[in-house]
Amino acid sequence: MRAISPLIAAVIPIGVVFGAVAATKGLSPVETALMSALVFAGGSQFVAMDIWMHPASWTSAGFAALLVNIRHVLMSASLGTKMQAFGGRKRYFACLFLADEIWAMAEFRAGLARLTPAWFAGLAAPFYLAWVLSSLAGATLGAFLGDPAALGLDFAFPAVFIVLVMGFWKGPETGAVLLASGAAAVATQHFVPGVWYIAAGAVAGLLAAVASGSRRVEVTQ
Amino acid sequence: MTVDFSTLLAIVAMAVATVLTRLSGLLLARHVSLEGSRRNAIESIPPAVLMAVVAPTAFATGIAETIACAVTAVAALRLSMLVSVVLGVFCVALLRAVGI
Repeated sequence: MRAISPLIAAVIPIGVVFGAVAATKGLSPVETALMSALVFAGGSQFVAMDIWMHPASWTSAGFAALLVNIRHVLMSASLGTKMQAFGGRKRYFACLFLADEIWAMAEFRAGLARLTPAWFAGLAAPFYLAWVLSSLAGATLGAFLGDPAALGLDFAFPAVFIVLVMGFWKGPETGAVLLASGAAAVATQHFVPGVWYIAAGAVAGLLAAVASGSRRVEVTQ
Repeated sequence: MTVDFSTLLAIVAMAVATVLTRLSGLLLARHVSLEGSRRNAIESIPPAVLMAVVAPTAFATGIAETIACAVTAVAALRLSMLVSVVLGVFCVALLRAVGI
C-alpha cells in the first residue's frame, strides 16, 4: 500500500481529466468507465480521444491502441522473467493489468525482493479501481473542472517516471541506454506524427544495451 | 445509461489490441531463452521504455518542464518518491505561474 499511494494520488487527477475529455467527445459516463475498465491503458485512451469521431471507427481506435501499447510486449516479456512465484494462469491474469505504472513498480520491486502475487494484487487492484472510478467521476463532473495544467497535475506522471528511471541506474551502461532512448524518442517525436516515439526510444535503448554488452564481452576475452 | 454500438465496438477493439500486447510478451519469453547477453538486454528495457515516454516532456515541451524534470531527478537521489513527485509538480506549477 505504501508503494502504491503516490501512484494513486497521481492517477486520480489524470483519470478525472480523461473522463472530462471523453465527455467533450460525446461519450456517456458509462461508455467512458467501460473504456477505462476494459482497456486500462491511459496513453492509448487519450490518443483514442484525440482521433475519436462519430460514429466511432473500431479500426482506427483499435489500430491506435495497438501502436501505443506495442511497448507492452517488451514490458510483459521483461516482467515475465521475474514472475517465478506466479503459477501459469496467474502470470497471464496479472499481465492483463500491466499499465505503465504497475509494470514499472513491479520491475522495481523485483529488483529488491521476490515478486509475489499478493504484492502484485495489492498494487494493481487499488490502482485499477482508482483509474476506473476517477474517469467515471471526470465524465460526470467534466464541465465543472478547472484547468489541470495550471496546478501542474499533468506533470505528476512524468515525475513518477523520472523517479523510477533514477531507480534503475546501474552505472555507465544505464547512461548509454538512457541517452540512446531519450535522443531517439525526442527526434522521432519531432519528425514522425503519432506515438512512434515510444517504440523508437525503447528499441534504441535496447540496441545501446546490446552494443555495450557485446563490447564488454570483447574486453573480457 | 447509454452505450452506443459503434462506441462499444471501438472500445472492444482497443481492449483486444491491448490484451494482445500484454500477453504476447509472456508467450515470447516462453519460447526464447533469456540468459546471458539477452538477459542483459531485457534488463535494459525498463529504463529505456520509461525514458522514451518521458523524454519529449523533459526535453521538447518547454523550459518549465525541463527544469521541473531536472529538479525531480535530483530530488529522487535523496528523497522518497512521493516527496520528489510533489516537488516536481510544485516546481512546474510555480514556473508556469510566473510565465516561464
